[in-house]
Amino acid sequence: MIHCVLHDPNDSVAVVVVEGVKAGATLTGLVLDEDRTITLPCVEDIPLGHKVALRDMAPGDTVVKYGVDIGKVVQPIRTGQHAHVHNIKTKRW
Amino acid sequence: MQKTFWGYRRENRRVGVRNHVIVLPVDDLSNAACEAVAHNVKGAMAIPHPYGRLQFGADLDLHFRTLIGAGANPNVAAVVVIGIEDQWTKKVADGIAATGKPVTGVGIELHGDHDTIMRASKAAKEYVQWASERRRVECDLRDLWISTKCGESDTTSGCGANPTVGDAFDKLYEAGCTLVFGETTELTGGEQIVAARCRDDRVRAQFMAMFDRYQDVVNRHKTSDLSDSQPTKGNIAGGLTTIEEKALGNIQKIGRKCVIDGVLDKAEVPTGPGLWFMDSSSAAAEMVTLCAASGFAVHFFPTGQGNVIGNPILPVIKICANPRTVRTMSEHIDVDTSGLLQREITMGEAGDKLLDMMFRTVNGRLTAAEALGHREFVLTRLYESA
Repeated sequence: MIHCVLHDPNDSVAVVVVEGVKAGATLTGLVLDEDRTITLPCVEDIPLGHKVALRDMAPGDTVVKYGVDIGKVVQPIRTGQHAHVHNIKTKRW
Repeated sequence: MQKTFWGYRRENRRVGVRNHVIVLPVDDLSNAACEAVAHNVKGAMAIPHPYGRLQFGADLDLHFRTLIGAGANPNVAAVVVIGIEDQWTKKVADGIAATGKPVTGVGIELHGDHDTIMRASKAAKEYVQWASERRRVECDLRDLWISTKCGESDTTSGCGANPTVGDAFDKLYEAGCTLVFGETTELTGGEQIVAARCRDDRVRAQFMAMFDRYQDVVNRHKTSDLSDSQPTKGNIAGGLTTIEEKALGNIQKIGRKCVIDGVLDKAEVPTGPGLWFMDSSSAAAEMVTLCAASGFAVHFFPTGQGNVIGNPILPVIKICANPRTVRTMSEHIDVDTSGLLQREITMGEAGDKLLDMMFRTVNGRLTAAEALGHREFVLTRLYESA
Protein backbone atom coordinates (compact mmCIF):
# COMPACT_ATOMS: atom_id res chain seq x y z
CA MET A 1 0.00 0.00 0.00
CA ILE A 2 1.11 3.55 -0.76
CA HIS A 3 0.84 5.67 2.42
CA CYS A 4 2.10 8.97 1.05
CA VAL A 5 3.16 10.59 -2.22
CA LEU A 6 5.95 13.01 -3.18
CA HIS A 7 5.71 15.23 -6.23
CA ASP A 8 9.45 15.73 -6.62
CA PRO A 9 12.40 13.75 -5.24
CA ASN A 10 13.73 16.93 -3.59
CA ASP A 11 10.52 17.65 -1.65
CA SER A 12 10.84 18.05 2.11
CA VAL A 13 7.25 16.92 2.75
CA ALA A 14 4.97 14.18 1.41
CA VAL A 15 1.17 13.90 1.33
CA VAL A 16 -0.53 11.14 3.33
CA VAL A 17 -3.06 9.50 0.99
CA VAL A 18 -4.69 6.91 3.26
CA GLU A 19 -6.72 7.10 6.45
CA GLY A 20 -5.45 5.81 9.78
CA VAL A 21 -1.73 6.64 9.61
CA LYS A 22 -0.46 6.28 13.22
CA ALA A 23 2.70 7.14 15.12
CA GLY A 24 5.21 4.28 14.99
CA ALA A 25 4.25 3.14 11.49
CA THR A 26 6.72 2.75 8.67
CA LEU A 27 5.37 4.56 5.63
CA THR A 28 5.79 3.70 1.95
CA GLY A 29 6.05 6.86 -0.15
CA LEU A 30 5.49 7.00 -3.92
CA VAL A 31 7.63 9.44 -5.88
CA LEU A 32 5.20 10.60 -8.59
CA ASP A 33 6.65 10.67 -12.11
CA GLU A 34 9.55 8.41 -11.12
CA ASP A 35 7.36 5.43 -10.27
CA ARG A 36 9.61 4.41 -7.36
CA THR A 37 8.97 4.19 -3.65
CA ILE A 38 10.80 5.22 -0.47
CA THR A 39 10.20 4.29 3.15
CA LEU A 40 10.18 6.59 6.17
CA PRO A 41 9.25 6.47 9.84
CA CYS A 42 6.06 8.13 11.09
CA VAL A 43 6.28 9.63 14.59
CA GLU A 44 2.84 11.27 14.86
CA ASP A 45 -0.71 10.37 13.83
CA ILE A 46 -1.32 12.12 10.49
CA PRO A 47 -4.76 12.51 8.85
CA LEU A 48 -5.46 11.73 5.20
CA GLY A 49 -4.33 14.63 3.01
CA HIS A 50 -1.98 16.10 5.59
CA LYS A 51 1.80 16.21 5.21
CA VAL A 52 4.57 14.19 6.78
CA ALA A 53 8.07 15.74 7.07
CA LEU A 54 10.74 13.92 5.07
CA ARG A 55 13.63 15.61 6.91
CA ASP A 56 14.44 17.63 10.02
CA MET A 57 13.75 21.35 9.50
CA ALA A 58 14.49 24.45 11.61
CA PRO A 59 12.57 27.75 11.85
CA GLY A 60 13.33 29.89 8.79
CA ASP A 61 13.95 26.89 6.53
CA THR A 62 12.07 26.77 3.22
CA VAL A 63 9.56 23.96 2.78
CA VAL A 64 9.76 22.33 -0.65
CA LYS A 65 6.87 20.57 -2.42
CA TYR A 66 6.46 20.08 -6.20
CA GLY A 67 10.20 20.92 -6.11
CA VAL A 68 9.15 24.51 -5.31
CA ASP A 69 9.09 26.84 -2.27
CA ILE A 70 5.69 26.54 -0.53
CA GLY A 71 6.46 28.51 2.65
CA LYS A 72 8.68 28.81 5.71
CA VAL A 73 9.14 26.72 8.84
CA VAL A 74 8.03 28.56 12.02
CA GLN A 75 8.46 25.74 14.60
CA PRO A 76 11.11 22.98 14.55
CA ILE A 77 9.98 19.89 12.59
CA ARG A 78 11.48 16.40 12.87
CA THR A 79 11.42 13.71 10.20
CA GLY A 80 8.14 11.80 10.38
CA GLN A 81 6.22 14.58 12.13
CA HIS A 82 2.99 16.20 11.01
CA ALA A 83 3.83 19.31 8.92
CA HIS A 84 0.97 21.83 8.71
CA VAL A 85 -0.25 25.28 9.80
CA HIS A 86 1.17 24.83 13.34
CA ASN A 87 4.75 24.73 12.05
CA ILE A 88 4.64 26.19 8.48
CA LYS A 89 3.48 29.64 7.24
CA THR A 90 3.17 31.39 3.90
CA LYS A 91 5.93 33.74 2.75
CA ARG A 92 3.34 35.85 0.91
CA TRP A 93 0.76 38.39 2.04
CA MET B 1 -9.80 10.15 -28.67
CA GLN B 2 -13.11 10.70 -30.46
CA LYS B 3 -13.07 13.60 -32.92
CA THR B 4 -16.76 14.49 -32.83
CA PHE B 5 -19.60 14.95 -30.37
CA TRP B 6 -23.34 15.61 -30.56
CA GLY B 7 -24.28 19.21 -29.87
CA TYR B 8 -26.74 21.96 -30.69
CA ARG B 9 -25.45 24.20 -33.48
CA ARG B 10 -26.79 27.71 -32.78
CA GLU B 11 -27.63 30.56 -35.14
CA ASN B 12 -24.13 32.07 -34.74
CA ARG B 13 -22.44 28.68 -35.44
CA ARG B 14 -21.37 28.18 -31.81
CA VAL B 15 -22.13 24.71 -30.42
CA GLY B 16 -23.94 24.06 -27.16
CA VAL B 17 -24.33 20.82 -25.23
CA ARG B 18 -27.56 21.76 -23.45
CA ASN B 19 -30.81 23.22 -24.79
CA HIS B 20 -31.98 25.54 -22.01
CA VAL B 21 -34.72 28.14 -22.20
CA ILE B 22 -33.84 30.63 -19.47
CA VAL B 23 -35.77 33.41 -17.74
CA LEU B 24 -33.12 35.96 -16.87
CA PRO B 25 -33.61 38.83 -14.42
CA VAL B 26 -31.77 42.08 -15.12
CA ASP B 27 -31.96 42.92 -11.42
CA ASP B 28 -32.86 41.58 -7.99
CA LEU B 29 -36.36 43.05 -8.20
CA SER B 30 -37.25 40.84 -11.14
CA ASN B 31 -36.36 37.51 -9.53
CA ALA B 32 -39.91 36.88 -8.30
CA ALA B 33 -41.44 37.35 -11.76
CA CYS B 34 -38.76 35.14 -13.35
CA GLU B 35 -39.40 32.38 -10.84
CA ALA B 36 -43.16 32.65 -11.42
CA VAL B 37 -42.62 32.25 -15.18
CA ALA B 38 -40.43 29.20 -14.64
CA HIS B 39 -43.18 27.80 -12.43
CA ASN B 40 -45.83 28.41 -15.11
CA VAL B 41 -43.84 27.04 -18.04
CA LYS B 42 -42.35 23.59 -17.66
CA GLY B 43 -38.85 23.43 -19.07
CA ALA B 44 -38.11 27.14 -18.57
CA MET B 45 -35.41 27.87 -15.99
CA ALA B 46 -35.20 31.03 -13.88
CA ILE B 47 -31.72 32.28 -13.00
CA PRO B 48 -32.16 34.53 -9.96
CA HIS B 49 -29.32 36.70 -8.62
CA PRO B 50 -29.04 39.56 -6.10
CA TYR B 51 -27.68 42.51 -8.15
CA GLY B 52 -28.34 44.96 -10.96
CA ARG B 53 -29.36 48.21 -9.28
CA LEU B 54 -27.29 51.42 -9.06
CA GLN B 55 -24.14 49.79 -10.36
CA PHE B 56 -21.90 52.04 -12.46
CA GLY B 57 -18.68 52.15 -14.45
CA ALA B 58 -16.64 48.97 -14.87
CA ASP B 59 -18.81 47.14 -12.33
CA LEU B 60 -21.93 47.84 -14.40
CA ASP B 61 -20.11 46.87 -17.60
CA LEU B 62 -19.24 43.53 -16.00
CA HIS B 63 -22.85 43.06 -14.87
CA PHE B 64 -24.16 43.53 -18.40
CA ARG B 65 -21.34 41.47 -19.92
CA THR B 66 -22.09 38.58 -17.54
CA LEU B 67 -25.87 38.60 -18.13
CA ILE B 68 -25.55 39.02 -21.90
CA GLY B 69 -22.83 36.36 -22.00
CA ALA B 70 -24.96 33.93 -19.99
CA GLY B 71 -27.89 34.43 -22.37
CA ALA B 72 -25.62 34.22 -25.42
CA ASN B 73 -24.04 30.96 -24.23
CA PRO B 74 -24.66 28.23 -26.83
CA ASN B 75 -26.10 25.95 -24.12
CA VAL B 76 -29.07 28.35 -24.15
CA ALA B 77 -31.65 28.00 -26.93
CA ALA B 78 -33.81 31.02 -26.14
CA VAL B 79 -34.14 33.70 -23.45
CA VAL B 80 -36.85 35.74 -21.73
CA VAL B 81 -35.32 38.78 -20.01
CA ILE B 82 -37.25 40.54 -17.24
CA GLY B 83 -36.17 43.84 -15.67
CA ILE B 84 -37.78 46.45 -13.46
CA GLU B 85 -37.65 49.05 -16.26
CA ASP B 86 -37.43 48.88 -20.04
CA GLN B 87 -34.10 50.46 -20.92
CA TRP B 88 -31.63 48.17 -19.19
CA THR B 89 -33.95 45.24 -20.02
CA LYS B 90 -33.68 46.15 -23.70
CA LYS B 91 -29.90 46.51 -23.43
CA VAL B 92 -29.55 42.95 -22.09
CA ALA B 93 -32.11 41.50 -24.53
CA ASP B 94 -30.48 43.22 -27.52
CA GLY B 95 -27.03 42.03 -26.44
CA ILE B 96 -28.23 38.42 -26.39
CA ALA B 97 -30.23 38.81 -29.62
CA ALA B 98 -26.99 39.66 -31.46
CA THR B 99 -26.34 35.88 -31.48
CA GLY B 100 -29.47 35.40 -33.58
CA LYS B 101 -31.29 33.32 -30.95
CA PRO B 102 -34.90 34.11 -29.94
CA VAL B 103 -35.06 36.69 -27.11
CA THR B 104 -37.94 38.62 -25.53
CA GLY B 105 -37.45 41.47 -23.04
CA VAL B 106 -40.22 42.42 -20.60
CA GLY B 107 -40.23 45.40 -18.23
CA ILE B 108 -42.23 45.45 -14.98
CA GLU B 109 -42.89 49.20 -14.50
CA LEU B 110 -46.32 50.41 -15.72
CA HIS B 111 -47.45 46.75 -15.76
CA GLY B 112 -46.84 45.14 -12.37
CA ASP B 113 -45.83 41.55 -11.71
CA HIS B 114 -49.10 39.92 -12.86
CA ASP B 115 -49.10 41.36 -16.37
CA THR B 116 -45.33 40.92 -16.65
CA ILE B 117 -45.58 37.27 -15.67
CA MET B 118 -48.38 36.72 -18.17
CA ARG B 119 -46.50 38.29 -21.08
CA ALA B 120 -43.23 36.60 -20.19
CA SER B 121 -44.94 33.23 -19.69
CA LYS B 122 -46.49 33.38 -23.17
CA ALA B 123 -43.06 34.01 -24.72
CA ALA B 124 -41.40 31.33 -22.60
CA LYS B 125 -44.04 28.75 -23.55
CA GLU B 126 -43.44 29.38 -27.27
CA TYR B 127 -39.67 29.12 -26.74
CA VAL B 128 -39.85 25.88 -24.77
CA GLN B 129 -41.89 24.23 -27.52
CA TRP B 130 -39.62 25.63 -30.24
CA ALA B 131 -36.49 24.49 -28.37
CA SER B 132 -37.92 21.01 -27.91
CA GLU B 133 -37.64 20.50 -31.67
CA ARG B 134 -33.96 21.50 -31.92
CA ARG B 135 -31.89 18.40 -32.66
CA ARG B 136 -28.34 17.48 -31.76
CA VAL B 137 -26.01 17.24 -34.77
CA GLU B 138 -22.57 15.73 -35.08
CA CYS B 139 -19.98 18.46 -34.42
CA ASP B 140 -16.21 18.62 -34.68
CA LEU B 141 -14.44 18.36 -31.33
CA ARG B 142 -12.76 21.69 -32.15
CA ASP B 143 -16.14 23.36 -31.66
CA LEU B 144 -16.17 22.42 -27.97
CA TRP B 145 -15.17 25.06 -25.39
CA ILE B 146 -14.06 23.66 -22.00
CA SER B 147 -13.40 25.60 -18.80
CA THR B 148 -11.79 24.54 -15.52
CA LYS B 149 -11.68 25.73 -11.94
CA CYS B 150 -11.15 23.64 -8.78
CA GLY B 151 -12.76 23.98 -5.37
CA GLU B 152 -12.61 22.77 -1.77
CA SER B 153 -9.18 21.62 -2.80
CA ASP B 154 -6.93 19.57 -0.59
CA THR B 155 -3.56 17.96 -1.15
CA THR B 156 -5.12 15.15 -3.18
CA SER B 157 -6.26 17.79 -5.68
CA GLY B 158 -2.65 18.61 -6.50
CA CYS B 159 -1.55 15.01 -6.90
CA GLY B 160 -4.71 13.45 -8.32
CA ALA B 161 -7.73 15.44 -9.53
CA ASN B 162 -5.98 18.53 -10.90
CA PRO B 163 -3.30 16.72 -12.94
CA THR B 164 -6.12 14.56 -14.35
CA VAL B 165 -7.61 17.76 -15.76
CA GLY B 166 -4.11 18.76 -16.90
CA ASP B 167 -3.70 15.52 -18.83
CA ALA B 168 -7.12 16.01 -20.47
CA PHE B 169 -6.34 19.68 -21.23
CA ASP B 170 -3.07 18.68 -22.94
CA LYS B 171 -5.05 16.29 -25.18
CA LEU B 172 -7.86 18.79 -25.87
CA TYR B 173 -5.36 21.54 -26.64
CA GLU B 174 -3.72 19.33 -29.23
CA ALA B 175 -7.18 18.60 -30.68
CA GLY B 176 -7.75 22.34 -31.25
CA CYS B 177 -10.36 23.04 -28.55
CA THR B 178 -10.88 26.35 -26.75
CA LEU B 179 -9.89 26.13 -23.07
CA VAL B 180 -9.81 28.49 -20.09
CA PHE B 181 -8.50 28.61 -16.53
CA GLY B 182 -8.31 31.50 -14.06
CA GLU B 183 -8.36 32.06 -10.27
CA THR B 184 -5.85 34.90 -10.23
CA THR B 185 -4.91 34.95 -6.53
CA GLU B 186 -4.74 31.17 -6.41
CA LEU B 187 -1.66 31.30 -8.60
CA THR B 188 0.27 33.08 -5.82
CA GLY B 189 3.56 31.25 -5.45
CA GLY B 190 3.26 29.65 -8.86
CA GLU B 191 2.86 32.81 -10.95
CA GLN B 192 6.33 32.48 -12.48
CA ILE B 193 5.49 28.94 -13.64
CA VAL B 194 2.35 30.26 -15.33
CA ALA B 195 4.26 33.22 -16.80
CA ALA B 196 6.83 30.83 -18.27
CA ARG B 197 4.01 28.95 -20.02
CA CYS B 198 2.71 32.07 -21.83
CA ARG B 199 2.93 32.05 -25.62
CA ASP B 200 5.12 35.19 -25.87
CA ASP B 201 6.29 38.28 -24.00
CA ARG B 202 3.12 40.21 -24.83
CA VAL B 203 0.84 37.56 -23.28
CA ARG B 204 3.28 37.20 -20.36
CA ALA B 205 3.17 40.94 -19.66
CA GLN B 206 -0.65 40.94 -19.82
CA PHE B 207 -0.82 37.99 -17.42
CA MET B 208 1.61 39.55 -14.94
CA ALA B 209 -0.28 42.87 -15.03
CA MET B 210 -3.50 41.01 -14.10
CA PHE B 211 -1.68 39.05 -11.40
CA ASP B 212 -0.03 42.14 -9.89
CA ARG B 213 -3.28 44.11 -9.94
CA TYR B 214 -5.03 41.37 -7.96
CA GLN B 215 -2.13 41.19 -5.47
CA ASP B 216 -2.62 44.93 -4.91
CA VAL B 217 -6.30 44.31 -4.11
CA VAL B 218 -5.31 41.71 -1.50
CA ASN B 219 -2.60 43.92 -0.04
CA ARG B 220 -4.91 46.95 0.13
CA HIS B 221 -7.74 45.17 1.96
CA LYS B 222 -6.06 42.44 3.98
CA THR B 223 -6.09 42.47 7.77
CA SER B 224 -3.91 39.36 8.15
CA ASP B 225 -1.93 36.93 6.01
CA LEU B 226 -5.32 35.68 4.72
CA SER B 227 -4.79 32.42 6.60
CA ASP B 228 -8.51 32.52 7.48
CA SER B 229 -9.58 32.88 3.84
CA GLN B 230 -6.96 31.63 1.43
CA PRO B 231 -6.36 28.72 1.95
CA THR B 232 -9.94 28.24 3.15
CA LYS B 233 -10.84 26.43 6.36
CA GLY B 234 -11.84 23.49 4.17
CA ASN B 235 -8.49 23.54 2.37
CA ILE B 236 -6.65 23.53 5.73
CA ALA B 237 -8.80 20.71 7.09
CA GLY B 238 -7.81 18.82 3.95
CA GLY B 239 -4.11 19.35 4.64
CA LEU B 240 -3.23 22.40 2.52
CA THR B 241 -1.01 24.72 4.57
CA THR B 242 -0.11 27.81 2.50
CA ILE B 243 -1.36 29.72 -0.54
CA GLU B 244 1.83 28.72 -2.36
CA GLU B 245 1.09 25.02 -1.84
CA LYS B 246 -2.51 25.53 -2.96
CA ALA B 247 -1.39 27.46 -6.05
CA LEU B 248 1.10 24.80 -7.13
CA GLY B 249 -1.66 22.22 -6.90
CA ASN B 250 -4.03 24.52 -8.75
CA ILE B 251 -1.78 24.98 -11.78
CA GLN B 252 -1.57 21.24 -12.34
CA LYS B 253 -4.86 21.81 -14.19
CA ILE B 254 -3.10 23.39 -17.17
CA GLY B 255 -1.16 20.24 -17.88
CA ARG B 256 2.39 20.09 -19.09
CA LYS B 257 2.21 20.80 -22.79
CA CYS B 258 -0.46 23.40 -23.49
CA VAL B 259 0.61 27.00 -23.86
CA ILE B 260 -1.27 30.06 -22.62
CA ASP B 261 -2.24 31.73 -25.87
CA GLY B 262 -3.99 34.78 -24.47
CA VAL B 263 -5.63 36.46 -21.49
CA LEU B 264 -9.25 37.48 -20.93
CA ASP B 265 -10.92 40.04 -18.73
CA LYS B 266 -13.82 38.69 -16.63
CA ALA B 267 -16.63 37.31 -18.84
CA GLU B 268 -14.74 38.26 -22.01
CA VAL B 269 -15.22 35.93 -24.98
CA PRO B 270 -12.10 34.24 -26.46
CA THR B 271 -11.32 35.11 -30.07
CA GLY B 272 -9.79 31.80 -31.10
CA PRO B 273 -8.85 28.29 -29.99
CA GLY B 274 -6.13 27.52 -27.47
CA LEU B 275 -5.67 27.95 -23.73
CA TRP B 276 -6.81 31.26 -22.22
CA PHE B 277 -6.22 32.73 -18.76
CA MET B 278 -9.19 34.67 -17.37
CA ASP B 279 -8.57 37.19 -14.59
CA SER B 280 -11.10 36.04 -12.01
CA SER B 281 -12.02 35.40 -8.42
CA SER B 282 -11.14 31.99 -7.01
CA ALA B 283 -14.60 31.65 -5.43
CA ALA B 284 -16.12 28.65 -7.20
CA ALA B 285 -19.54 29.94 -8.23
CA GLU B 286 -18.19 33.35 -9.32
CA MET B 287 -15.54 31.77 -11.53
CA VAL B 288 -17.83 29.14 -13.08
CA THR B 289 -20.46 31.81 -13.77
CA LEU B 290 -17.82 33.91 -15.55
CA CYS B 291 -16.88 30.86 -17.64
CA ALA B 292 -20.54 30.47 -18.64
CA ALA B 293 -20.66 34.15 -19.56
CA SER B 294 -17.52 33.76 -21.71
CA GLY B 295 -19.30 31.12 -23.76
CA PHE B 296 -17.81 27.89 -22.42
CA ALA B 297 -20.02 24.82 -22.85
CA VAL B 298 -18.72 22.31 -20.28
CA HIS B 299 -16.69 22.64 -17.09
CA PHE B 300 -14.08 20.44 -15.36
CA PHE B 301 -14.24 20.90 -11.58
CA PRO B 302 -11.68 18.95 -9.56
CA THR B 303 -12.33 18.81 -5.82
CA GLY B 304 -10.62 17.30 -2.80
CA GLN B 305 -12.85 17.83 0.23
CA GLY B 306 -16.03 17.84 -1.88
CA ASN B 307 -17.34 21.12 -3.28
CA VAL B 308 -20.94 20.51 -4.41
CA ILE B 309 -21.21 23.39 -6.93
CA GLY B 310 -23.20 23.39 -10.16
CA ASN B 311 -24.24 26.07 -12.64
CA PRO B 312 -27.57 26.63 -14.40
CA ILE B 313 -25.97 26.94 -17.85
CA LEU B 314 -22.74 24.95 -17.73
CA PRO B 315 -22.67 21.24 -16.90
CA VAL B 316 -20.04 20.95 -14.15
CA ILE B 317 -18.13 17.63 -14.13
CA LYS B 318 -16.64 16.83 -10.70
CA ILE B 319 -13.35 14.98 -10.49
CA CYS B 320 -12.04 13.70 -7.16
CA ALA B 321 -8.99 11.68 -6.06
CA ASN B 322 -9.60 11.78 -2.31
CA PRO B 323 -10.74 8.25 -1.38
CA ARG B 324 -12.64 9.48 1.69
CA THR B 325 -14.58 12.12 -0.28
CA VAL B 326 -15.36 9.62 -3.03
CA ARG B 327 -16.75 7.33 -0.34
CA THR B 328 -18.65 9.87 1.80
CA MET B 329 -19.92 12.22 -0.97
CA SER B 330 -20.25 9.83 -3.89
CA GLU B 331 -23.46 11.42 -5.19
CA HIS B 332 -21.49 14.55 -6.11
CA ILE B 333 -18.55 12.92 -7.91
CA ASP B 334 -18.66 12.21 -11.66
CA VAL B 335 -15.10 10.92 -12.10
CA ASP B 336 -13.19 9.04 -9.39
CA THR B 337 -9.43 9.13 -9.94
CA SER B 338 -8.40 8.06 -6.43
CA GLY B 339 -6.71 5.06 -8.03
CA LEU B 340 -3.90 7.42 -9.02
CA LEU B 341 -2.76 7.68 -5.41
CA GLN B 342 -2.38 3.91 -5.10
CA ARG B 343 -0.65 3.57 -8.49
CA GLU B 344 -3.66 1.56 -9.75
CA ILE B 345 -4.06 3.80 -12.82
CA THR B 346 -1.67 6.05 -14.71
CA MET B 347 -2.15 9.77 -15.27
CA GLY B 348 -2.85 9.11 -18.94
CA GLU B 349 -5.57 6.64 -18.00
CA ALA B 350 -7.06 9.13 -15.51
CA GLY B 351 -7.16 11.83 -18.19
CA ASP B 352 -8.84 9.42 -20.59
CA LYS B 353 -11.40 8.51 -17.93
CA LEU B 354 -12.27 12.21 -17.58
CA LEU B 355 -12.45 12.64 -21.37
CA ASP B 356 -14.79 9.65 -21.60
CA MET B 357 -17.08 11.32 -19.04
CA MET B 358 -16.74 14.61 -20.92
CA PHE B 359 -17.99 13.01 -24.15
CA ARG B 360 -20.87 11.31 -22.31
CA THR B 361 -21.77 14.63 -20.67
CA VAL B 362 -21.63 16.79 -23.78
CA ASN B 363 -23.65 14.16 -25.65
CA GLY B 364 -26.41 14.55 -23.06
CA ARG B 365 -25.66 12.71 -19.81
CA LEU B 366 -26.60 14.82 -16.79
CA THR B 367 -23.79 15.59 -14.37
CA ALA B 368 -24.17 14.89 -10.65
CA ALA B 369 -24.64 18.63 -10.05
CA GLU B 370 -27.37 18.84 -12.70
CA ALA B 371 -29.19 15.81 -11.33
CA LEU B 372 -29.00 17.25 -7.81
CA GLY B 373 -30.32 20.65 -8.94
CA HIS B 374 -27.21 22.73 -8.23
CA ARG B 375 -27.64 26.01 -10.13
CA GLU B 376 -25.29 28.44 -8.43
CA PHE B 377 -25.27 31.63 -10.51
CA VAL B 378 -23.10 34.23 -8.80
CA LEU B 379 -22.21 37.60 -10.26
CA THR B 380 -18.78 39.08 -9.58
CA ARG B 381 -18.91 42.63 -8.16
CA LEU B 382 -15.98 45.02 -8.46
CA TYR B 383 -17.03 47.63 -5.84
CA GLU B 384 -19.99 49.26 -4.02
CA SER B 385 -23.14 50.40 -5.80
CA ALA B 386 -23.67 54.16 -6.15
